[in-house]
Amino acid sequence: MTLLHGRGFASVNYPTGMNLGGDPSQALVHATTMGGFVVSLSSVDLGQGLKTVVAQCAAETLGIPMENVIVDTADTDTGPHCMGTFASRGTHRVGNAVIMAAREAREVMLQVAADELEVDAGDLETDGTGYVAVKGAAAKRIHISDIALAAHFKQGKTISGRGIFLKERSYPVPETGEMDPDSCQAHACTVAEVEVDDETGVVTVLRLYNTYEIGRALNPAMVAQQVEGGAWMGVSHAIFESTEPYYPASREHGPVDFSEYLMPGPGESPEQTSVILERPASNGPFGAKGIGEMTANAPIPAIANAIFDACGVRLATMPFTPESVLRGLDALRDAA
Amino acid sequence: MSVKIVNLKVNGVDKAFMARPETTLLLALREQLGLMGAKRGCAQGACGSCTVLLDGAPVVSCLVPAATVDGGDVATVEGLADGRRLSDVQQAFIDGFATQCGFCTPGMIMSAEALLARNPDPTADEVNEAISGNVCRCTGYAPIVSAILDAAQRRRERAEGADQEATL
Repeated sequence: MTLLHGRGFASVNYPTGMNLGGDPSQALVHATTMGGFVVSLSSVDLGQGLKTVVAQCAAETLGIPMENVIVDTADTDTGPHCMGTFASRGTHRVGNAVIMAAREAREVMLQVAADELEVDAGDLETDGTGYVAVKGAAAKRIHISDIALAAHFKQGKTISGRGIFLKERSYPVPETGEMDPDSCQAHACTVAEVEVDDETGVVTVLRLYNTYEIGRALNPAMVAQQVEGGAWMGVSHAIFESTEPYYPASREHGPVDFSEYLMPGPGESPEQTSVILERPASNGPFGAKGIGEMTANAPIPAIANAIFDACGVRLATMPFTPESVLRGLDALRDAA
Repeated sequence: MSVKIVNLKVNGVDKAFMARPETTLLLALREQLGLMGAKRGCAQGACGSCTVLLDGAPVVSCLVPAATVDGGDVATVEGLADGRRLSDVQQAFIDGFATQCGFCTPGMIMSAEALLARNPDPTADEVNEAISGNVCRCTGYAPIVSAILDAAQRRRERAEGADQEATL
Protein backbone atom coordinates (compact mmCIF):
# COMPACT_ATOMS: atom_id res chain seq x y z
CA MET A 1 0.00 0.00 0.00
CA THR A 2 1.26 3.45 -0.90
CA LEU A 3 -0.20 6.82 -0.07
CA LEU A 4 0.27 8.96 -3.16
CA HIS A 5 0.30 12.73 -2.81
CA GLY A 6 -0.92 15.04 -5.51
CA ARG A 7 -1.67 18.69 -6.11
CA GLY A 8 -4.00 20.24 -8.67
CA PHE A 9 -5.66 23.53 -9.36
CA ALA A 10 -8.71 24.87 -11.14
CA SER A 11 -10.09 28.30 -11.86
CA VAL A 12 -13.62 29.58 -12.32
CA ASN A 13 -15.20 32.67 -13.83
CA TYR A 14 -18.70 33.01 -12.46
CA PRO A 15 -21.51 35.32 -13.59
CA THR A 16 -23.37 37.52 -11.13
CA GLY A 17 -27.07 37.33 -11.95
CA MET A 18 -28.75 36.62 -15.27
CA ASN A 19 -31.00 38.69 -17.49
CA LEU A 20 -33.97 36.32 -17.83
CA GLY A 21 -36.56 38.41 -19.66
CA GLY A 22 -35.41 41.37 -17.59
CA ASP A 23 -34.32 40.78 -14.01
CA PRO A 24 -35.51 43.35 -11.45
CA SER A 25 -35.51 43.66 -7.68
CA GLN A 26 -37.22 46.40 -5.74
CA ALA A 27 -36.78 47.88 -2.29
CA LEU A 28 -38.73 50.37 -0.22
CA VAL A 29 -37.30 52.24 2.76
CA HIS A 30 -39.29 54.20 5.32
CA ALA A 31 -38.64 55.64 8.75
CA THR A 32 -40.67 54.71 11.80
CA THR A 33 -41.67 57.27 14.41
CA MET A 34 -38.75 56.12 16.56
CA GLY A 35 -36.03 56.68 13.94
CA GLY A 36 -35.79 53.10 12.79
CA PHE A 37 -35.46 52.69 9.04
CA VAL A 38 -37.42 49.76 7.65
CA VAL A 39 -36.15 48.18 4.45
CA SER A 40 -39.07 46.29 2.89
CA LEU A 41 -38.13 43.49 0.51
CA SER A 42 -39.54 40.34 -1.02
CA SER A 43 -36.03 38.95 -1.19
CA VAL A 44 -35.52 36.04 1.17
CA ASP A 45 -32.71 35.40 3.61
CA LEU A 46 -32.45 31.61 3.56
CA GLY A 47 -29.31 31.68 5.65
CA GLN A 48 -26.95 33.25 3.13
CA GLY A 49 -26.85 36.52 5.08
CA LEU A 50 -28.84 38.77 2.75
CA LYS A 51 -30.44 40.67 5.64
CA THR A 52 -27.04 41.53 7.06
CA VAL A 53 -25.66 42.79 3.76
CA VAL A 54 -28.84 44.73 2.99
CA ALA A 55 -28.74 46.38 6.42
CA GLN A 56 -25.11 47.34 5.78
CA CYS A 57 -26.01 48.90 2.40
CA ALA A 58 -28.93 50.82 3.90
CA ALA A 59 -26.98 52.04 6.93
CA GLU A 60 -24.00 53.12 4.84
CA THR A 61 -26.18 55.05 2.38
CA LEU A 62 -28.42 56.65 5.01
CA GLY A 63 -25.39 57.43 7.16
CA ILE A 64 -26.92 55.89 10.28
CA PRO A 65 -25.94 52.97 12.58
CA MET A 66 -26.83 49.46 11.41
CA GLU A 67 -28.81 48.98 14.65
CA ASN A 68 -31.32 51.53 13.33
CA VAL A 69 -32.05 49.48 10.22
CA ILE A 70 -34.88 46.93 10.29
CA VAL A 71 -34.98 44.57 7.32
CA ASP A 72 -38.50 43.26 6.68
CA THR A 73 -38.77 40.32 4.28
CA ALA A 74 -42.07 39.16 5.74
CA ASP A 75 -44.31 38.66 2.72
CA THR A 76 -43.59 38.09 -0.96
CA ASP A 77 -47.30 38.65 -1.77
CA THR A 78 -47.38 42.21 -0.49
CA GLY A 79 -43.75 43.33 -0.51
CA PRO A 80 -41.96 45.14 -3.32
CA HIS A 81 -41.14 42.73 -6.11
CA CYS A 82 -38.03 40.56 -6.22
CA MET A 83 -37.20 37.82 -8.72
CA GLY A 84 -35.64 35.72 -5.96
CA THR A 85 -32.35 34.68 -4.50
CA PHE A 86 -30.62 32.64 -7.19
CA ALA A 87 -27.82 33.05 -9.74
CA SER A 88 -25.70 34.70 -7.01
CA ARG A 89 -27.78 37.82 -7.63
CA GLY A 90 -29.00 38.79 -4.13
CA THR A 91 -26.23 41.10 -2.97
CA HIS A 92 -25.90 42.71 -6.41
CA ARG A 93 -29.55 43.26 -7.39
CA VAL A 94 -31.07 43.81 -3.98
CA GLY A 95 -28.07 45.75 -2.69
CA ASN A 96 -28.34 48.18 -5.62
CA ALA A 97 -32.11 48.57 -5.13
CA VAL A 98 -31.65 49.24 -1.41
CA ILE A 99 -28.96 51.84 -2.06
CA MET A 100 -31.27 53.63 -4.50
CA ALA A 101 -34.16 53.58 -2.03
CA ALA A 102 -31.95 54.67 0.85
CA ARG A 103 -30.59 57.60 -1.18
CA GLU A 104 -34.11 58.91 -1.76
CA ALA A 105 -35.02 58.44 1.91
CA ARG A 106 -31.79 60.17 2.92
CA GLU A 107 -32.76 63.25 0.87
CA VAL A 108 -36.04 63.52 2.78
CA MET A 109 -34.33 62.87 6.11
CA LEU A 110 -31.84 65.68 5.46
CA GLN A 111 -34.60 68.07 4.35
CA VAL A 112 -36.60 67.40 7.53
CA ALA A 113 -33.44 67.93 9.57
CA ALA A 114 -32.69 71.13 7.64
CA ASP A 115 -36.13 72.52 8.45
CA GLU A 116 -35.69 71.67 12.13
CA LEU A 117 -32.20 73.20 12.29
CA GLU A 118 -33.19 76.15 10.05
CA VAL A 119 -30.27 75.57 7.71
CA ASP A 120 -29.88 74.48 4.09
CA ALA A 121 -30.05 70.70 3.52
CA GLY A 122 -26.96 70.93 1.35
CA ASP A 123 -24.94 71.99 4.39
CA LEU A 124 -25.82 68.86 6.36
CA GLU A 125 -23.94 65.61 6.80
CA THR A 126 -24.51 62.37 8.67
CA ASP A 127 -21.93 61.18 11.19
CA GLY A 128 -22.82 57.48 11.16
CA THR A 129 -23.70 57.42 14.86
CA GLY A 130 -27.29 58.64 14.43
CA TYR A 131 -26.83 62.42 14.17
CA VAL A 132 -27.31 64.81 11.27
CA ALA A 133 -25.06 67.85 11.76
CA VAL A 134 -24.09 71.04 9.97
CA LYS A 135 -20.81 70.55 8.14
CA GLY A 136 -18.02 72.20 10.10
CA ALA A 137 -20.32 72.89 13.07
CA ALA A 138 -20.76 69.47 14.68
CA ALA A 139 -22.47 70.97 17.73
CA LYS A 140 -25.41 72.07 15.58
CA ARG A 141 -26.97 68.69 15.13
CA ILE A 142 -30.17 66.65 15.48
CA HIS A 143 -30.63 62.95 16.18
CA ILE A 144 -32.52 60.74 13.71
CA SER A 145 -35.10 59.86 16.37
CA ASP A 146 -35.91 63.58 16.67
CA ILE A 147 -35.91 63.92 12.88
CA ALA A 148 -38.40 61.05 12.65
CA LEU A 149 -40.63 62.55 15.33
CA ALA A 150 -40.57 65.95 13.63
CA ALA A 151 -41.39 64.40 10.24
CA HIS A 152 -44.32 62.40 11.59
CA PHE A 153 -45.90 64.80 14.08
CA LYS A 154 -44.79 68.29 13.10
CA GLN A 155 -43.91 68.55 9.43
CA GLY A 156 -46.28 65.86 8.16
CA LYS A 157 -43.69 64.20 5.94
CA THR A 158 -42.94 60.59 5.13
CA ILE A 159 -39.23 59.83 5.25
CA SER A 160 -39.15 57.19 2.56
CA GLY A 161 -37.49 56.09 -0.62
CA ARG A 162 -38.07 53.78 -3.57
CA GLY A 163 -35.44 51.70 -5.28
CA ILE A 164 -35.24 49.27 -8.15
CA PHE A 165 -32.41 47.60 -9.96
CA LEU A 166 -33.33 46.25 -13.37
CA LYS A 167 -31.04 44.12 -15.45
CA GLU A 168 -32.62 44.70 -18.84
CA ARG A 169 -33.47 41.72 -20.97
CA SER A 170 -30.94 40.80 -23.60
CA TYR A 171 -31.61 38.33 -26.37
CA PRO A 172 -28.76 36.88 -28.42
CA VAL A 173 -28.02 38.56 -31.73
CA PRO A 174 -29.02 35.78 -34.17
CA GLU A 175 -26.06 36.29 -36.49
CA THR A 176 -23.33 36.40 -33.85
CA GLY A 177 -24.83 34.89 -30.71
CA GLU A 178 -23.64 37.98 -28.88
CA MET A 179 -25.60 38.92 -25.77
CA ASP A 180 -25.25 40.46 -22.34
CA PRO A 181 -26.15 37.64 -20.00
CA ASP A 182 -24.86 38.84 -16.64
CA SER A 183 -23.88 41.96 -14.73
CA CYS A 184 -20.29 41.18 -13.85
CA GLN A 185 -18.14 38.15 -13.21
CA ALA A 186 -16.29 36.99 -10.15
CA HIS A 187 -13.14 34.91 -10.43
CA ALA A 188 -11.58 32.28 -8.26
CA CYS A 189 -8.86 29.68 -8.13
CA THR A 190 -8.50 26.69 -5.82
CA VAL A 191 -5.43 24.55 -5.27
CA ALA A 192 -6.19 21.12 -3.79
CA GLU A 193 -3.79 18.74 -2.08
CA VAL A 194 -4.94 15.13 -1.92
CA GLU A 195 -3.74 11.77 -0.77
CA VAL A 196 -4.71 8.66 -2.78
CA ASP A 197 -4.44 5.20 -1.25
CA ASP A 198 -3.47 2.95 -4.17
CA GLU A 199 -4.72 -0.18 -2.39
CA THR A 200 -8.18 1.00 -1.29
CA GLY A 201 -8.69 3.79 -3.83
CA VAL A 202 -9.74 6.18 -1.08
CA VAL A 203 -9.11 9.86 -1.85
CA THR A 204 -8.51 12.19 1.11
CA VAL A 205 -8.56 15.94 0.50
CA LEU A 206 -5.87 17.30 2.83
CA ARG A 207 -5.82 21.01 2.11
CA LEU A 208 -7.51 23.63 -0.05
CA TYR A 209 -6.06 27.02 -0.92
CA ASN A 210 -8.70 29.41 -2.23
CA THR A 211 -8.30 32.81 -3.87
CA TYR A 212 -11.41 34.82 -4.73
CA GLU A 213 -11.76 38.06 -6.65
CA ILE A 214 -15.31 39.17 -5.85
CA GLY A 215 -15.39 42.92 -6.29
CA ARG A 216 -15.81 44.61 -2.91
CA ALA A 217 -16.23 42.19 -0.01
CA LEU A 218 -19.12 43.95 1.74
CA ASN A 219 -18.82 41.65 4.74
CA PRO A 220 -15.41 39.94 4.75
CA ALA A 221 -16.30 37.51 7.55
CA MET A 222 -19.35 36.27 5.65
CA VAL A 223 -17.35 36.09 2.43
CA ALA A 224 -14.71 33.91 4.09
CA GLN A 225 -17.44 31.72 5.55
CA GLN A 226 -19.13 31.33 2.17
CA VAL A 227 -15.83 30.53 0.44
CA GLU A 228 -14.88 27.79 2.90
CA GLY A 229 -18.39 26.43 3.47
CA GLY A 230 -18.92 26.32 -0.29
CA ALA A 231 -15.57 24.61 -0.83
CA TRP A 232 -16.66 22.01 1.71
CA MET A 233 -19.74 21.42 -0.46
CA GLY A 234 -17.40 21.08 -3.44
CA VAL A 235 -15.39 18.42 -1.60
CA SER A 236 -18.67 16.69 -0.90
CA HIS A 237 -19.67 16.71 -4.58
CA ALA A 238 -16.18 15.58 -5.57
CA ILE A 239 -15.65 12.54 -3.39
CA PHE A 240 -18.72 11.76 -1.29
CA GLU A 241 -22.15 12.38 -2.69
CA SER A 242 -23.67 9.46 -4.49
CA THR A 243 -26.83 7.41 -4.36
CA GLU A 244 -25.10 4.57 -6.16
CA PRO A 245 -25.29 1.62 -6.36
CA TYR A 246 -28.94 1.78 -5.35
CA TYR A 247 -30.21 4.54 -7.57
CA PRO A 248 -31.67 4.58 -10.15
CA ALA A 249 -31.85 0.78 -10.47
CA SER A 250 -33.40 0.20 -7.06
CA ARG A 251 -34.52 2.43 -4.24
CA GLU A 252 -35.26 -0.38 -1.83
CA HIS A 253 -31.94 0.17 -0.08
CA GLY A 254 -29.63 3.09 0.34
CA PRO A 255 -30.33 6.79 0.46
CA VAL A 256 -33.95 7.77 -0.02
CA ASP A 257 -33.70 11.25 1.48
CA PHE A 258 -31.18 13.93 2.33
CA SER A 259 -30.46 12.66 5.83
CA GLU A 260 -29.09 9.40 4.43
CA TYR A 261 -27.07 11.13 1.74
CA LEU A 262 -23.37 10.88 2.44
CA MET A 263 -21.60 14.19 3.03
CA PRO A 264 -18.32 14.88 4.85
CA GLY A 265 -18.49 15.36 8.59
CA PRO A 266 -16.32 17.53 10.82
CA GLY A 267 -13.45 15.04 10.81
CA GLU A 268 -13.40 14.81 7.02
CA SER A 269 -13.11 18.49 6.22
CA PRO A 270 -9.85 19.68 4.68
CA GLU A 271 -7.74 22.41 6.17
CA GLN A 272 -8.40 25.60 4.21
CA THR A 273 -6.57 28.83 3.52
CA SER A 274 -8.47 31.58 1.74
CA VAL A 275 -7.49 34.92 0.28
CA ILE A 276 -9.97 37.56 -0.86
CA LEU A 277 -8.97 40.00 -3.59
CA GLU A 278 -11.05 43.14 -4.01
CA ARG A 279 -11.50 44.67 -7.45
CA PRO A 280 -14.78 46.60 -7.24
CA ALA A 281 -17.30 46.15 -10.07
CA SER A 282 -18.57 49.42 -11.52
CA ASN A 283 -22.22 48.32 -11.42
CA GLY A 284 -22.15 46.51 -8.07
CA PRO A 285 -23.42 47.87 -4.76
CA PHE A 286 -20.29 49.53 -3.36
CA GLY A 287 -18.51 47.44 -6.01
CA ALA A 288 -19.70 44.01 -4.83
CA LYS A 289 -20.12 41.00 -7.09
CA GLY A 290 -22.00 37.79 -6.28
CA ILE A 291 -20.24 35.03 -4.37
CA GLY A 292 -23.04 32.60 -3.63
CA GLU A 293 -22.89 29.64 -5.96
CA MET A 294 -19.36 29.77 -7.33
CA THR A 295 -17.72 28.62 -4.12
CA ALA A 296 -18.53 24.95 -4.71
CA ASN A 297 -17.17 24.95 -8.27
CA ALA A 298 -13.40 25.28 -8.33
CA PRO A 299 -12.60 22.61 -5.70
CA ILE A 300 -14.07 19.80 -7.80
CA PRO A 301 -11.83 20.03 -10.89
CA ALA A 302 -8.92 20.96 -8.62
CA ILE A 303 -9.40 17.67 -6.75
CA ALA A 304 -9.71 15.76 -10.04
CA ASN A 305 -6.44 17.32 -11.20
CA ALA A 306 -4.79 16.50 -7.88
CA ILE A 307 -5.86 12.85 -8.20
CA PHE A 308 -4.33 12.78 -11.69
CA ASP A 309 -1.14 14.31 -10.29
CA ALA A 310 -1.05 11.76 -7.48
CA CYS A 311 -1.68 8.54 -9.38
CA GLY A 312 -2.17 9.26 -13.08
CA VAL A 313 -5.87 8.41 -13.07
CA ARG A 314 -7.98 10.92 -14.99
CA LEU A 315 -11.53 10.91 -13.59
CA ALA A 316 -14.32 12.77 -15.37
CA THR A 317 -17.38 11.52 -13.49
CA MET A 318 -18.28 12.56 -9.96
CA PRO A 319 -18.02 11.41 -7.30
CA PHE A 320 -14.44 10.21 -7.41
CA THR A 321 -15.17 6.99 -5.54
CA PRO A 322 -12.62 4.39 -4.40
CA GLU A 323 -14.01 2.09 -7.08
CA SER A 324 -13.45 4.57 -9.88
CA VAL A 325 -9.88 5.24 -8.67
CA LEU A 326 -9.08 1.49 -8.49
CA ARG A 327 -10.57 0.85 -11.95
CA GLY A 328 -8.45 3.72 -13.25
CA LEU A 329 -5.31 2.26 -11.66
CA ASP A 330 -6.14 -1.15 -13.15
CA ALA A 331 -6.53 0.41 -16.60
CA LEU A 332 -3.14 2.11 -16.25
CA ARG A 333 -1.52 -1.23 -15.31
CA ASP A 334 -3.22 -2.97 -18.22
CA ALA A 335 -1.94 -0.32 -20.60
CA ALA A 336 1.58 -0.52 -19.24
CA MET B 1 -51.52 4.14 26.08
CA SER B 2 -53.44 7.32 26.39
CA VAL B 3 -52.79 10.96 27.20
CA LYS B 4 -50.50 11.30 30.21
CA ILE B 5 -49.45 14.17 32.40
CA VAL B 6 -45.67 14.51 32.16
CA ASN B 7 -43.59 16.34 34.75
CA LEU B 8 -40.20 17.64 33.69
CA LYS B 9 -37.61 19.94 35.10
CA VAL B 10 -36.76 22.16 32.14
CA ASN B 11 -33.79 24.49 32.52
CA GLY B 12 -34.23 24.21 36.29
CA VAL B 13 -37.95 25.01 36.33
CA ASP B 14 -40.69 22.46 37.05
CA LYS B 15 -43.06 22.04 34.13
CA ALA B 16 -46.10 19.83 33.56
CA PHE B 17 -47.93 19.17 30.32
CA MET B 18 -50.23 16.68 28.63
CA ALA B 19 -48.58 14.26 26.24
CA ARG B 20 -50.17 11.91 23.76
CA PRO B 21 -48.26 8.69 23.05
CA GLU B 22 -46.81 10.14 19.85
CA THR B 23 -45.81 13.47 21.40
CA THR B 24 -42.04 13.74 21.16
CA LEU B 25 -39.93 15.63 23.66
CA LEU B 26 -39.10 18.05 20.83
CA LEU B 27 -42.76 18.72 20.07
CA ALA B 28 -43.53 19.21 23.78
CA LEU B 29 -40.65 21.67 24.18
CA ARG B 30 -41.55 23.67 21.09
CA GLU B 31 -45.33 23.62 21.00
CA GLN B 32 -46.36 23.15 24.62
CA LEU B 33 -43.56 24.85 26.54
CA GLY B 34 -42.80 27.49 23.91
CA LEU B 35 -39.07 26.74 23.80
CA MET B 36 -38.21 27.13 20.12
CA GLY B 37 -34.42 26.75 20.46
CA ALA B 38 -34.32 23.06 19.59
CA LYS B 39 -35.05 22.80 15.88
CA ARG B 40 -37.03 20.22 13.94
CA GLY B 41 -34.76 19.28 11.05
CA CYS B 42 -35.08 15.72 9.79
CA ALA B 43 -37.43 14.46 12.55
CA GLN B 44 -35.73 11.06 12.36
CA GLY B 45 -32.66 11.47 14.54
CA ALA B 46 -30.16 12.04 11.74
CA CYS B 47 -29.40 15.76 11.76
CA GLY B 48 -28.98 16.63 15.46
CA SER B 49 -30.61 20.06 15.24
CA CYS B 50 -33.05 19.03 18.00
CA THR B 51 -30.30 18.03 20.47
CA VAL B 52 -31.07 18.76 24.13
CA LEU B 53 -29.60 17.37 27.34
CA LEU B 54 -31.70 14.78 29.15
CA ASP B 55 -30.34 14.13 32.66
CA GLY B 56 -27.06 15.60 31.40
CA ALA B 57 -26.71 13.43 28.28
CA PRO B 58 -27.29 14.71 24.74
CA VAL B 59 -30.35 13.22 23.04
CA VAL B 60 -32.09 13.84 19.75
CA SER B 61 -35.36 15.04 21.21
CA CYS B 62 -37.29 14.22 18.02
CA LEU B 63 -36.89 10.50 18.85
CA VAL B 64 -37.78 10.69 22.55
CA PRO B 65 -41.46 10.11 23.38
CA ALA B 66 -42.22 12.70 26.04
CA ALA B 67 -44.29 10.28 28.09
CA THR B 68 -41.25 8.03 28.61
CA VAL B 69 -39.14 10.68 30.36
CA ASP B 70 -41.56 11.72 33.11
CA GLY B 71 -39.54 13.15 36.01
CA GLY B 72 -36.52 13.88 33.82
CA ASP B 73 -34.24 16.89 33.86
CA VAL B 74 -34.00 18.65 30.49
CA ALA B 75 -31.57 21.39 29.48
CA THR B 76 -32.13 23.39 26.28
CA VAL B 77 -30.16 26.19 24.66
CA GLU B 78 -32.54 28.72 26.27
CA GLY B 79 -31.23 27.80 29.71
CA LEU B 80 -27.53 28.36 29.06
CA ALA B 81 -27.27 32.12 29.43
CA ASP B 82 -27.08 33.68 32.88
CA GLY B 83 -29.38 36.62 32.35
CA ARG B 84 -27.81 38.52 29.46
CA ARG B 85 -24.43 36.81 29.98
CA LEU B 86 -24.03 34.07 27.41
CA SER B 87 -22.35 30.77 28.22
CA ASP B 88 -18.73 30.25 27.19
CA VAL B 89 -19.83 28.08 24.30
CA GLN B 90 -22.41 30.57 23.05
CA GLN B 91 -19.94 33.46 23.29
CA ALA B 92 -17.22 31.46 21.53
CA PHE B 93 -19.66 30.65 18.68
CA ILE B 94 -20.31 34.38 18.23
CA ASP B 95 -16.67 35.47 18.57
CA GLY B 96 -15.47 32.74 16.18
CA PHE B 97 -18.34 33.31 13.70
CA ALA B 98 -19.18 29.61 13.99
CA THR B 99 -22.62 30.06 12.50
CA GLN B 100 -24.11 31.01 9.19
CA CYS B 101 -27.81 30.23 8.71
CA GLY B 102 -28.04 29.25 12.38
CA PHE B 103 -30.37 26.28 12.10
CA CYS B 104 -27.86 23.73 13.47
CA THR B 105 -26.45 26.10 16.09
CA PRO B 106 -28.64 25.25 19.13
CA GLY B 107 -28.02 21.52 18.65
CA MET B 108 -24.30 22.07 18.08
CA ILE B 109 -24.07 24.14 21.25
CA MET B 110 -25.87 21.52 23.35
CA SER B 111 -23.60 18.75 22.00
CA ALA B 112 -20.62 20.95 22.84
CA GLU B 113 -21.93 21.62 26.36
CA ALA B 114 -22.31 17.87 26.93
CA LEU B 115 -18.76 17.26 25.71
CA LEU B 116 -17.22 19.97 27.88
CA ALA B 117 -19.13 18.76 30.93
CA ARG B 118 -17.51 15.33 30.70
CA ASN B 119 -14.20 16.40 29.09
CA PRO B 120 -12.99 19.93 29.87
CA ASP B 121 -9.88 19.62 27.68
CA PRO B 122 -10.91 17.86 24.45
CA THR B 123 -8.73 17.37 21.39
CA ALA B 124 -9.96 18.44 17.94
CA ASP B 125 -10.69 14.79 17.17
CA GLU B 126 -12.77 14.48 20.32
CA VAL B 127 -14.73 17.59 19.30
CA ASN B 128 -15.23 16.10 15.82
CA GLU B 129 -16.62 12.95 17.39
CA ALA B 130 -18.86 14.85 19.82
CA ILE B 131 -20.54 16.82 17.02
CA SER B 132 -20.54 13.98 14.48
CA GLY B 133 -24.29 13.59 15.03
CA ASN B 134 -24.90 17.28 14.30
CA VAL B 135 -25.17 18.22 10.64
CA CYS B 136 -24.09 21.65 9.40
CA ARG B 137 -24.59 22.57 5.75
CA CYS B 138 -23.07 26.07 5.74
CA THR B 139 -19.76 26.36 7.51
CA GLY B 140 -17.74 23.29 6.58
CA TYR B 141 -17.43 22.66 10.36
CA ALA B 142 -13.97 24.20 10.86
CA PRO B 143 -15.16 27.36 12.68
CA ILE B 144 -17.49 25.27 14.85
CA VAL B 145 -14.67 22.96 15.99
CA SER B 146 -12.45 26.00 16.67
CA ALA B 147 -15.18 27.70 18.68
CA ILE B 148 -15.72 24.64 20.88
CA LEU B 149 -11.98 24.34 21.55
CA ASP B 150 -11.94 28.07 22.31
CA ALA B 151 -14.86 27.68 24.75
CA ALA B 152 -13.08 24.79 26.47
CA GLN B 153 -10.01 26.96 26.98
CA ARG B 154 -12.06 29.88 28.33
CA ARG B 155 -13.82 27.57 30.77
CA ARG B 156 -10.54 26.01 31.96
CA GLU B 157 -9.00 29.45 32.45
CA ARG B 158 -12.00 30.57 34.47
CA ALA B 159 -11.85 27.40 36.59
CA GLU B 160 -8.13 27.95 37.24
CA GLY B 161 -8.82 31.58 38.17
CA ALA B 162 -11.48 30.44 40.64
CA ASP B 163 -9.07 27.89 42.14
CA GLN B 164 -6.43 30.56 42.62
CA GLU B 165 -8.95 32.87 44.29
CA ALA B 166 -9.98 30.04 46.62
CA THR B 167 -6.38 29.42 47.72
CA LEU B 168 -5.66 33.11 48.36
